[in-house]
Amino acid sequence: MAINRQFKERWMRRFFFVIASTSIFILLLIMIFLFAEGLPIFKKVSLTDFIFGKYWYPTSEPPEFGIFPLIAASISVTVLSAVISIPLGVMTAIYLAEIAAFKVREIVKPMVELLAAIPSVVIGFFGMVIVSPFLQDMFDVATGLNLFNAALMLGFMSVPTICSISEDAVSSVPRAMKEASFALGATHFETIFKVVLPASLSGITTSIILGMSRAIGETMVVLMVAGGAAMIPLSIFDPVRPMPASIAAEMAEAPFRGDHYYALFATGVVLFCFTLMFNIIADHIAYKYKQTGDSTL
Amino acid sequence: MDADLKMSVKQLNFFYDKFKALENISLDFYAGHVTALIGPSGCGKSTFLRCLNRMNDLIPKSRVEGKILLDNEDIYDCAVNVATLRSRIGMVFQKPNPFPKTIFENVAYGLRVNGIKDKTLIADRVTESLNQAALWDEVKDRIYDSALELSGGQQQRLCIARALAIKPEVILMDEPASALDPIATQKIEELIHQLKKMFTIIIVTHNMQQAARVSDITAFFYMGKLIETDKTDTLFTRPKLKQTEDYITGRFG
Ligand SMILES: Nc1ncnc2c1ncn2[C@@H]1O[C@H](COP(=O)(O)OP(=O)(O)O)[C@@H](O)[C@H]1O
Ligand SMILES: [Mg+2]
Repeated sequence: MAINRQFKERWMRRFFFVIASTSIFILLLIMIFLFAEGLPIFKKVSLTDFIFGKYWYPTSEPPEFGIFPLIAASISVTVLSAVISIPLGVMTAIYLAEIAAFKVREIVKPMVELLAAIPSVVIGFFGMVIVSPFLQDMFDVATGLNLFNAALMLGFMSVPTICSISEDAVSSVPRAMKEASFALGATHFETIFKVVLPASLSGITTSIILGMSRAIGETMVVLMVAGGAAMIPLSIFDPVRPMPASIAAEMAEAPFRGDHYYALFATGVVLFCFTLMFNIIADHIAYKYKQTGDSTL
Repeated sequence: MDADLKMSVKQLNFFYDKFKALENISLDFYAGHVTALIGPSGCGKSTFLRCLNRMNDLIPKSRVEGKILLDNEDIYDCAVNVATLRSRIGMVFQKPNPFPKTIFENVAYGLRVNGIKDKTLIADRVTESLNQAALWDEVKDRIYDSALELSGGQQQRLCIARALAIKPEVILMDEPASALDPIATQKIEELIHQLKKMFTIIIVTHNMQQAARVSDITAFFYMGKLIETDKTDTLFTRPKLKQTEDYITGRFG
């Protein structure tokens, strides 16, 4: 009987080990593939010319493979979207965790989280059909499909991530700590800004970075509303072509294992490095500045 | 009683939603005296203490009836600013709850939220309060280190220093030594002796020896009611009621 159970135990362990290693192995394969298909471009252009080259004309003769406009587009769209999504997400989180009545919170929080379930193509569609003409009229710009539109849509997309994780962080600040602040004569808002927020800063920062990492990797929205021009943007109303949009738009027409094809994969590698960096930073912050819990004795 | 009346509770009832946690409590507190609240766990001591600085306002669906006077003014009057009130009535909690900030910032916090900006004044008050709380000598070389690195007993004395810094008139303590070892407990008790000259102290404890050691007046609570209150010596040696006698002799509770 005991031996039988031990036997089962051992086989269960092996079973789970195999499943886990399979998924890790597949992810590893994808990464190897990404690098294998991206690196050959560096036989044609140097790494610095690739990353800092100002011209992306992959189909002209001779082609130019400088992805700096794409990187600049990705960064500017992401930063601008963060400027929109951080105040919205964090303030909503504070409202839900600290100010809203219990019932409001129970209803609104799942709704915010549900926003994350809106397919990005729907958000892209919304940006194209509603926001774009509006921007065009309002600001009298050449096209409503531009950096600002993309940032706005990506901002909305990251709000659920930022809000949900921040709310968890804010509401996990121990009650004892808030009471200590109240007992010293602090008002509710003083308590929020001087005790609750500093204590939940690591969770909030993590949420922001995860939100931004979602925004920089998002493809469909930028493909639909960013405007698609591979130029370094000079104004927030310039059309841009972030890295994911470029890859998605051009992959179908790039000749298999041609230079253009390799260049797109190399762009993918650069994009991967960006998201990897975001995730490492998020991990590092979550690890280094652990949420302050109860004081220990 | 030959001392000044500082706080006076009149016919207080307290409800957690529908549950009546305190029933018809009337009790006076005198300046310069330590009043101990004793009674078995769950009898409403903490609830009562938290009514005195309106900490229970934070609990949804709770309700207060009756009056609590501080210097003859009702603290539940709608004209009262709760934050100001709480800066006049300090509180020390059962578990040490320092902020995850430096030792200095923990003590300076109350000063800052009460509008004191003068840096030298803040620094002086921090030193003074840490001294009063008998913690200065132990931390003077590391007041800019995190308060979370202190031991439990030191953290609790820091919480006392934090409460003292804003110069409250009354100090509420909810079993301040229950999470501490005997030596740390002794330090806190000595501290209470020192502090009672300057403040009105109200301390909850389930430890009767402690109540006998630190307090001048003791009030015995049972099931949400105030059963008996008297000078500590009298209450512990010649209780008037059978219920009190049973509790202090350890026959129930
Ligand atoms: N937040 C609360 N909500 C509902 N009931 C509570 C709450 N806090 C305490 N009580 C109840 O009120 C009674 C008194 O509790 P408390 O004042 O903590 O007792 P003590 O401090 O004497 O141990 C207990 O029956 C307890 O269960
Ligand atoms: Mg209690």
